[in-house]
Amino acid sequence: MTTLTPVLSEHWDEKDSFTIKGYKRHGGYAAAAKALAMEPDAVIQLVKDSGLRGRGGAGFPTGMKWGFIPQGDNKDHYLVVNADESEPGTCKDMPLLLANPHVLIEGVIIASYAIRAKKAFIYVRGEVTHVVRRLNQAIEDAYKAGYLGKNIFGTGVEVDLVLHVGAGAYICGEETALLDSLEGFRGQPRLRPPFPAIAGLYARPTVVNNVESISSVPAIVARGAEWFSSMGTEKSKGMTLYSLSGHVVRPGQFEAPLGITLRELLDMSGGVREGHQLKFWTPGGSSTPIFTADHLDTPLDYEGVAAAGSMLGTKALQIFDETTCVVRAVLRWSEFYKHESCGKCTPCREGTWWLVQLLRDLENGKGTAADLDKLLDLCENILGRAFCALGDGATSPITSSIKYFRDEYIAHITNGGCPFDPHAATLFASAKAGA
Amino acid sequence: MTTAELVDMVTVVIDGFEISVPKGTLVIRAAEKLGIQIPRFCDHPLLDPVGACRQCLVDIEINGRAFPKPQASCTIPVEPGMIVKTQLTSPVAEKAQRGVMEFLLINHPLDCPVCDKGGECPLQNQAMSTGQGESRFEGVKRTFEKPINISSQVLLDRERCILCARCTRFSDQIASDPFITLNERGALQQVGIYEKQPFESYFSGNTVQICPVGALTGASYRFRARPFDLVSSPSACEHCASGCSLRTDVRRGKTLRRLAGEDASVNEEWNCDKGRWAFKYITSAERLTHPLVRDSAGDLQEASWPEALAAAVAGLGGKQTAVLVGGRVTVEDAYGYSKFARVALKTNDIDFRNRATSDEEREFLAAVVIKSTPSYLDIDRADSVLLVGFEPEEESPIVFLRIHKQVRKRALKVTAIASKLSIGNEKLKSNFVCVAPGAEPAAIKVQELTSKSIILVGERASESAGSLSAVVSLAKESGAKIAWIPRRAGERGALSAGAIGNLLPGARPVNDTEARVDLAAAWGVDSLPSQSGLSSDEIVNAANEGQIEALIVGGVDPLDSANSQQMLNALKKAFVISLEISHSDVTQLADVVFPVAAVVEKSGSFMNWEGRSRSFDLAVESFQRSDLRILSMLADALNAPINLPTVKSAAKEFDSLGMWDGAGAEFTSAPPSGPISLGNNEAILTSWRRLLDEGSLQAGEENLAGTARKTVVVISPTRAQAIGVVDGDQVSVSNAHGSVVLPVLVESIHDDAVWLPRNSRGSHLLATLGVASGSVVTVVKE
Repeated sequence: MTTLTPVLSEHWDEKDSFTIKGYKRHGGYAAAAKALAMEPDAVIQLVKDSGLRGRGGAGFPTGMKWGFIPQGDNKDHYLVVNADESEPGTCKDMPLLLANPHVLIEGVIIASYAIRAKKAFIYVRGEVTHVVRRLNQAIEDAYKAGYLGKNIFGTGVEVDLVLHVGAGAYICGEETALLDSLEGFRGQPRLRPPFPAIAGLYARPTVVNNVESISSVPAIVARGAEWFSSMGTEKSKGMTLYSLSGHVVRPGQFEAPLGITLRELLDMSGGVREGHQLKFWTPGGSSTPIFTADHLDTPLDYEGVAAAGSMLGTKALQIFDETTCVVRAVLRWSEFYKHESCGKCTPCREGTWWLVQLLRDLENGKGTAADLDKLLDLCENILGRAFCALGDGATSPITSSIKYFRDEYIAHITNGGCPFDPHAATLFASAKAGA
Repeated sequence: MTTAELVDMVTVVIDGFEISVPKGTLVIRAAEKLGIQIPRFCDHPLLDPVGACRQCLVDIEINGRAFPKPQASCTIPVEPGMIVKTQLTSPVAEKAQRGVMEFLLINHPLDCPVCDKGGECPLQNQAMSTGQGESRFEGVKRTFEKPINISSQVLLDRERCILCARCTRFSDQIASDPFITLNERGALQQVGIYEKQPFESYFSGNTVQICPVGALTGASYRFRARPFDLVSSPSACEHCASGCSLRTDVRRGKTLRRLAGEDASVNEEWNCDKGRWAFKYITSAERLTHPLVRDSAGDLQEASWPEALAAAVAGLGGKQTAVLVGGRVTVEDAYGYSKFARVALKTNDIDFRNRATSDEEREFLAAVVIKSTPSYLDIDRADSVLLVGFEPEEESPIVFLRIHKQVRKRALKVTAIASKLSIGNEKLKSNFVCVAPGAEPAAIKVQELTSKSIILVGERASESAGSLSAVVSLAKESGAKIAWIPRRAGERGALSAGAIGNLLPGARPVNDTEARVDLAAAWGVDSLPSQSGLSSDEIVNAANEGQIEALIVGGVDPLDSANSQQMLNALKKAFVISLEISHSDVTQLADVVFPVAAVVEKSGSFMNWEGRSRSFDLAVESFQRSDLRILSMLADALNAPINLPTVKSAAKEFDSLGMWDGAGAEFTSAPPSGPISLGNNEAILTSWRRLLDEGSLQAGEENLAGTARKTVVVISPTRAQAIGVVDGDQVSVSNAHGSVVLPVLVESIHDDAVWLPRNSRGSHLLATLGVASGSVVTVVKE
């Protein structure tokens, strides 16, 4: 039985967990001081040794990413923290920043030092004003304490941290679109190569990391690579935040070693709401193909989820019970992708426009069985044909839901409409049922 | 190998065929070389790759490792060991392309039957090659309001737009006029302008041409024709000395549009909006159709050709005659004027420079320009470019594009010696050497150039005494090349053809006996006049004073001459034979008027600033005769034949003369003028002609005129403070001749200077002030 391993979330229950005082009470900023006493390359090696992989979804080894930055090139380097958490179902970075913004700042200091960046940016999504306020305060406090600025800890190391608030576009979570947006342009993904490590922000070598990846670094520095890699599975090391939401009794963030299963997580969170059964779930947000109850024991690490036909993604576990119409859920997601498609490439822009219309017809009982084949064929024409992963993600819920729930789609057609009562899937419906 | 440019070649296999291409070549282009056409929309060889439309997906493997998904062949350079499978050999690529095409069409309206692009539309064509006959889309298409004006001459139909971003990338990367961008997102993404800034770029027409659908259309051509009803002829642009290759499209004898032609070494695939849209003058109601002869009552009456020729011969009878030929004629016509002056009129009093000019310039042309061989390639290779009396964006827009390309590609250093910082120079990131008008020579002297530098000298350098002399000595010291870039298309050719007082055709100096004998022998005449001819200013003065009694005037606008009033007086006084395409200020005063063919109605050639021949054939059948033909008839009637009945015969004869290989003229330096002292509220006038202005060849094209830059008076912040004005206030600029009142713009300009456009709406300096640069005017708040 896997147990929770709260590291990032260890002190979230303390009233002042978000203050510099609260953070320092548990040894905050000691890791940064320790790292700044090391050689920058040694810090990169340490992160490589720890096996930390990107927590934003793709799982690219963080230390290796840092190692790509050319050294001695007499150019400015930049660290950019991707805090544009927008994936439907994903709610790990925002709670983390709300409850413990200083761990990110400490991570930024260490990472900037390692890649020789004097300037770091946090790109946070614009909708989360409360998080922006906390981050602003935290950055101000860190400056006052001498942890940011020209001469950190008196070591002569310089790190300036700029908080940039986005304007509300899902695409800006894509790292190159984020860089364009940060530079003041419309957020649209850039052609690669050149990769950000060579020509990123302002065409300078840039590391773009997820909030959780950078926040994991102070603990690795403080407790060692071995400690970190002792958690998790063979190729997926360390602890991570799993976010449970939907038809679950106690939704929230659960910090556990990689490789934990949904069955275990459901046990910890009180299970699917009473009187109901698990129908389907996403392992890592809406862009990852859905799973069913058959996958309850799939190890939730990068390899395990991939082997089962999906992606670990952001570990956003959205739980849906049997009251949920899968067609309706997929339609909602598809509407999201249509709304968020940046418009740059044809398959994503036009494809999502079309998919929504087909799904809407199906949900309303106006579709035909042939529409299902058309949907799958369109998805085939989008997946791997779009400019960036947004288009790919838009097809995941459709193809996976037809794979597992084709009968339910057919039922919509034969029924001449949705056979489900949308009210039954709502949380207030369950409150009534529970009363 | 003569050059050190060894190119690394890379060998790849495409659809089973091996091909070697230079390193860095994109897969889509390597395939083209094999004749394999991969469908595409966003791709354009002169724009940066973007990979947006996804139409060109192909399967690629490198050294046995295959990409997991099809790749956009327009973004991937070839690599050794690369095996490419296009739609011809890969079912995956084929399906991917069909899928993308189907997506592109779902939101595209089926209005091909009324769309200007129908028949020449890349989307239509590639939908035939790569699309399905029937659409599977049964849903609701995205709709927008039908065309909206994004400038007075470009219309945007957002429904048709497939968002390839060619137009926005062109405007940003090539023209450096990022006035259009993509707005909104998803399927609602659309091209847009900033609400207060329409798409007023001098190069906007290129976006219409490279739009792969009918989303961008030109207001003047919209709904005028179907492409398959047009007859296209390759032609050369008559508007400036850049030398663009064009395509003229004609339906039933009427020119309906002109497009940029392809010429990699000159205009690549671009042209400016003037070259594209300013051709209404050809079909203007003001066109002359018959000869006119002034009757005894003093009125112009239509006459037959024999009558008109007889009247011309009678009028010339023994009079001292000079020839004024504007800078717009073809090389062959210029040669005709040149030979006509020498053989039929026995004079060297001929000048093609109908503008402010100087003797220093005439010497410069004869000694330096006539034998120089600059080229666009020199700009491509230059280590720095110096601009003297020259605003490339306004006065030779393709030269501007070429400099800008190098500025963008390799940060080419550009230095501009001028009194006002222009928009063009801002875009070229030029080092702006700000001088008072007239103080250019001192600034030229201190420039540091190398043998790899090039000095681009405009015709306005002649307006500042000593500038050309300073250029010549700077070039001598540094080894830098000199390129003289006049504004008009015909000037360089007219110089070679000897339509100037100190040179005979083929660079033969008038004052060189051997050269005269050589030419006289070739022409089969006993002798040629040996006295150097008068310059245009001198001709006008002589006519006013009665020493010259007759003028033959071809393609001259009095408003362009250094002093319009004097020119008009001269025309009133002398017996005038006018060769013109339309009624003009000259024809009104002429005694005999011969209608001539416009450029599209004849064959011929221009010589661009490089000295490169830009020949063209007749594009429109017409009964109009060329200048050359009329001069030939007139010479016959005068019993002094010039024997040039056709353009071909003139070209052949001019060609066979060759360039004079004897000693050329020596350049004698001219001193700069002294400093000008200014009183209260006085300033030195400086000006240039804008690309889009009141030039007679732009007449009748209101859509084009609508995008001209606003007419303003430009003064420096210091002066603005001194006279108490801010942007937009009315300011009066005056001298003894007259005054101009215009809104003021406070900008980067020398404190002693005031700038106005030379010939724009509300600002005709040569007519109103009798001067266009270098003289003192009074600037006060109105």
